[in-house]
Amino acid sequence: MAAFNPRTVARHVLIAAVFNTVLALAISAIKGDHFAPTLLYSQLIGLCIWAGIDGGRYLLSPQGWPGVRPMAVLVVVAVFAGYALGLTLGNLLLGRPLLASANNLPGATVGFLLMSLALGAFGAYYFSSREMLAMARLAQEEAQRQASEARLRLLESQLEPHMLFNTLANLRALIATDPPRAIDMLDRLNHFLRATLAASRSDARGGQHTLSDEFARLDDYLSLMSMRMGPRLRVRLELPKTLAPLPVPALLLQPLVENAIRHGLEPSARGGELRVAAQREGSTLCLSVSDDGVGSEAPAREGFGLTQVRERLQALHGAAARLEWHSAPGQGTQARLLLPLPDTP
Amino acid sequence: MNATALIAEDEPLLAQALQAELARAWPGLRVLASVGDGQSAVQQALALRPDVLFLDIRMPALSGLDAAATLADDWPAEQPLPALVFVTAHDEFAVQAFEAQALDYLLKPVQAERLQRTVARVQAALRARGASAAPDWTGLRALLGGAPSSAPRLRHLMASVGAAVQRVAIDEVLAFEAADKYVRVLTGGREFLIRTPLKELLPQLDPEVFWQIHRGTVVRVDAIDRVTRDEAGKWRLTLRGLDEAFVVSRLYADRFRAM
Repeated sequence: MAAFNPRTVARHVLIAAVFNTVLALAISAIKGDHFAPTLLYSQLIGLCIWAGIDGGRYLLSPQGWPGVRPMAVLVVVAVFAGYALGLTLGNLLLGRPLLASANNLPGATVGFLLMSLALGAFGAYYFSSREMLAMARLAQEEAQRQASEARLRLLESQLEPHMLFNTLANLRALIATDPPRAIDMLDRLNHFLRATLAASRSDARGGQHTLSDEFARLDDYLSLMSMRMGPRLRVRLELPKTLAPLPVPALLLQPLVENAIRHGLEPSARGGELRVAAQREGSTLCLSVSDDGVGSEAPAREGFGLTQVRERLQALHGAAARLEWHSAPGQGTQARLLLPLPDTP
Repeated sequence: MNATALIAEDEPLLAQALQAELARAWPGLRVLASVGDGQSAVQQALALRPDVLFLDIRMPALSGLDAAATLADDWPAEQPLPALVFVTAHDEFAVQAFEAQALDYLLKPVQAERLQRTVARVQAALRARGASAAPDWTGLRALLGGAPSSAPRLRHLMASVGAAVQRVAIDEVLAFEAADKYVRVLTGGREFLIRTPLKELLPQLDPEVFWQIHRGTVVRVDAIDRVTRDEAGKWRLTLRGLDEAFVVSRLYADRFRAM
């Protein structure tokens, strides 16, 4: 319920007015005063206090919640000012001396003031906490919506129709000419789809699997791309045996490999080499994806893939991990991920 | 009918598959070459002069559409243009545009029955060829121009002249001509260079005021003086107020049929 909302204000006025009426009924019943003047004073004082509190908090903060301490001060000030103003207005309307009741009945005035203070504080707490709850709920819904949107975009980027339909067209061609290879490619497409869907279902951090699994999934994808691109794509995957069992976030490298194909090698008529390598550098695991394709001009324009990799690294390792990226026209593209190695026993 | 064809497809298995399907659907067709990128498609087509072109849309170096546009301009004037068939795996925009312009296209994977229909169409087009430009190519023009845009009309250009920036009113411009990385802006007495590509400029120009006459040339209609045909059969256009002549692409030549 961010900012000022006329409908909310109208509802608060109504609630305050009903409350004031109930209070006036109670006072006239207990003390035996006339109901009409009691109702008038009750409404005037109550509404003045309400206006002070509800108006004041929007003046102090555009969101309507200035914080606990300013709110407490506001309630006290609004109650005293509202009480004095409401009382004076009532006296004016009924033609009584302006400070009549305060002078005549100091005890009653203090009592009323204390009661107003308690009721004002309660009202302020009640309305504010309801709004805080609503705001928190909205924020949570927004976060959820953004998360599912990000997952959908990831899935769309990986299950790109152009890639899928071309792969299917290639498979259809292979079935006629080379059935054993067609079966192998179909199995790899199966693995690729399963892994992509699984990764899109898990949370932002994604599931974990071993580095050898990561390389196996990249091998599936790159075999499919090799089938499509033929001799234009040459692939080198380099994973030292000692690093193979290390855990890594599932499909962390996939966007980098897709970028290398889509922006580096596919636009190049002569094609080129794509190299994915893992190596240990002290206490750091270094994963690199490099190609000698067309390269790109502006490193400033960071696409969805790179952003997504960066966000996952940030979520998992904070400042301990980083992504380096270099590219120049005609010189290919190099991406390097540097991750802290888990402590070796 | 002993026709010849050129296939441009960057995925080797798909090129082979198309060739195999074509051998079944049109046994008389001779495939002269199969190339893997748009640039080679243009070179080989100009060298081999096939009767039919099968062009993949997404190719390295030059897209199928741009390759076709280049061919339309560079094809020898005395020869009829080849029949045109686009091939695409999935591109909703392209498919809608092809439908709208009655351009022939094949969806990958190519299916025998659909290919049979395309072959029949191409054969009919080749028989009727010679009288006028094939309808395929006229449709291509609309495709290259892009969707009609609601982009605001440009009223001024900002061209850098040395260290200064010169304002040029669109009303003074007689012609735009693409030159390497720049676009030449020609007014009555002066010439300016701007970096905005012609493709981005076009949607911001009033199509009633400026006509595209070539993939690299746009001229002010009111300034057109005459269009003449040289010995090689190329159409050339002259503008009032400019000494240069501009080549008219055959994609746009039908605008200048005498009334």
